[in-house]
Amino acid sequence: MTTAAESLRQIAAACGDALPLPPRGDEQVFVAPWQAQVFAMTIVLHERGVFTWPEWASALGRHVATGAPDGSDYYDCWAAALQDVLAEGGIASVDDVERTTQAWHDAAARTPHGRPITLEG
Amino acid sequence: MSTDADHGQHHDHPEFSELSPMDARVRALETLLTEKGLVDPAALDAVVERYETEVGPHNGAQVVARAWADPAYREWLLKDATAAIASLGHVGRQGEHMVAVENTPERHNMVVCTLCSCYPWPVLGLPPVWYKAPAYRSKAVIDPRGVLADFGVTLPDDTEIKVWDSTAEVRYLVIPRRPEGTEDLTVDELAALVTRDSMIGTGLARSPERVTP
Repeated sequence: MTTAAESLRQIAAACGDALPLPPRGDEQVFVAPWQAQVFAMTIVLHERGVFTWPEWASALGRHVATGAPDGSDYYDCWAAALQDVLAEGGIASVDDVERTTQAWHDAAARTPHGRPITLEG
Repeated sequence: MSTDADHGQHHDHPEFSELSPMDARVRALETLLTEKGLVDPAALDAVVERYETEVGPHNGAQVVARAWADPAYREWLLKDATAAIASLGHVGRQGEHMVAVENTPERHNMVVCTLCSCYPWPVLGLPPVWYKAPAYRSKAVIDPRGVLADFGVTLPDDTEIKVWDSTAEVRYLVIPRRPEGTEDLTVDELAALVTRDSMIGTGLARSPERVTP
């Protein structure tokens, strides 16, 4: 468990007091569809009681604490945290995720451009 | 944190498709969870649509405007924000406890989540990029007046700045100060003055003369 104070020390050590200017103008919530998907999966799994929000916040906090100072890899951290809680909960092992990720890469590689990518076939 | 920089870089078959490392990884998570019956792709679409369209700072703006216009609602909001906000139809999916903190001439409130990015989703939608950035999360605690300056806000020296650290259980909503010259405005007109940043505490409510007619 990482406490908020520990995270804060790590964050402060990593980025000092230089605050990047906040982005102005159009701020998209999700910059890629996978970001929306990983967010929605987390919401749905929480609703099913797979984990509590404090458990989730702790898992996400561990990754965000070592993430990019500008927060640009925020949903990468989110995906990594989801993998952690799924592995810890015995729902999907690291091997399961690696194998299925490779299956998607393989599926893409045999799918002509413009056609939907599916695992079957 | 990604170790996938070398994956998916084979360009010898350009007529075929390619997934980014994160795209493939998240598809894999969805595949595994769908196989186990834990998620339904249609339900995922509904969640995304809800957060992209239905839920947003306009919900929080309605809450603030109502509090400005209706002293009884303001009292209720300060005493039991979860119930007062739910009464307007903005109910959280996380069962989070909401707390409203009111700005006054003596005290300005600012919200941060030092642990990760806890945020009052039901009233403000999804958090902006900067809220999730480590730099904001550390500086808001160490130098809140400096953060306000970064956002172009200067407060009198004798105004105390109180920083509230959100948790997974408690989310804060800042009630900004009502601008001068707004006595005759309707609740909807007032809501148009309430910005997202003003409800996080990194900004102030707009003045009516600065709103384009």
